[in-house]
Amino acid sequence: MSETKRPTSPHLQVYSWSLEMALSILHRATGAALGGGALLVTWWIIAVASGPDAYEQFRTIMSSLVGKAFLFAFTFSLMLHLCNGIRHLFWDMGMGFELEDTHRSSKLVLFSSIALTVLSWVIGYGLI
Amino acid sequence: MAEFRLPKNSTYKKGKTWPAEDGATNIKRFNIYRWNEDDGENPRIDTYEVDLDKCGPMVLDALIKIKNEIDPTLTFRRSCREGVCGSCAMNIGGKNTLACTIDIAAYKGDVNIFPLPHMDVVKDLVPDLTNFYAQYASIQPWMQTETPTPSGTERLQSQEDREKLDGLYECVLCACCSTSCPSYWWNSDKYLGPAVLLQAYRWLVDSRDENTGERLDNLEDPFRLYRCHTIMNCTNTCPKGLNPAKAIGEIKKMMVERQG
Repeated sequence: MSETKRPTSPHLQVYSWSLEMALSILHRATGAALGGGALLVTWWIIAVASGPDAYEQFRTIMSSLVGKAFLFAFTFSLMLHLCNGIRHLFWDMGMGFELEDTHRSSKLVLFSSIALTVLSWVIGYGLI
Repeated sequence: MAEFRLPKNSTYKKGKTWPAEDGATNIKRFNIYRWNEDDGENPRIDTYEVDLDKCGPMVLDALIKIKNEIDPTLTFRRSCREGVCGSCAMNIGGKNTLACTIDIAAYKGDVNIFPLPHMDVVKDLVPDLTNFYAQYASIQPWMQTETPTPSGTERLQSQEDREKLDGLYECVLCACCSTSCPSYWWNSDKYLGPAVLLQAYRWLVDSRDENTGERLDNLEDPFRLYRCHTIMNCTNTCPKGLNPAKAIGEIKKMMVERQG
């Protein structure tokens, strides 16, 4: 339309972040991470099916610090995607669109996904 | 594919500082995005020091003062100065709003002012809204009927049906919401954006309109409607306190409900 090349006005560079915005991009990021996590689970199942040696190899790698960090990120991705997914179901029913509701549900999603992640690790370590 | 960084011709740098007049005590700094197509330069951020003791309370008052008394080349749209026309929509302090209805006192420290985000800039704070208006036209924003107009009377509407338009008809199409939406940033060529979808819902829910089916057909598209991922920036930013995200949610519900 214009002869000269008009600049694009700044967007991500200047827009202030909100928790809703952050959770939205995290929902997508954790969704992608779960794809990687599914490979992890597949590896685990194959290792179980392939016998003690393969399983021992899986166990050694996943018990290392890096392996644990991976597992922890996977657990958090799962819980955040789950909690925010439930919120999306409510939105799909037309519920929870008022600003005070979304602010509250954002905090609820964040806190419950952290709590569920910690809880699964506590249970995983047999602490309760 | 979404381009998260600004193109080469759009990156901005620090520009000129316009100091306040001598003797000013209540100084506020306004950092304002500047670009014009004549000098062939990239955009820059000019800083204007304004004496708030000699300035009206709203951000638009400061902009007008700057244009009148400091730098007449500063360009922005404005008209009604009371939140009715939607002309002075811009990004102030990281959020889109109307300069005329936002208090300067709402900002601690400097006030940073940019054009509405991810738009082609015509000059300074003036974005090109051609695509936005074309999208508005595409939803056919007028009442469409098949039955003949009742003779001797208007098309009547119950009070309950009229109330369904509350929170929709107040939209002034300032484009704050659409240009706050990351989905709209990355796909404004195909996604209609929150403002236009709220307007679409305004006609879908009008009991007098008889073209609901075709209106929904027109929106049933992976991009036009379904690029909304409920990021909520639209509702968070609407200077009129409306809820475009909810209106879009209602359209999505209508899509499901009509499948029976």
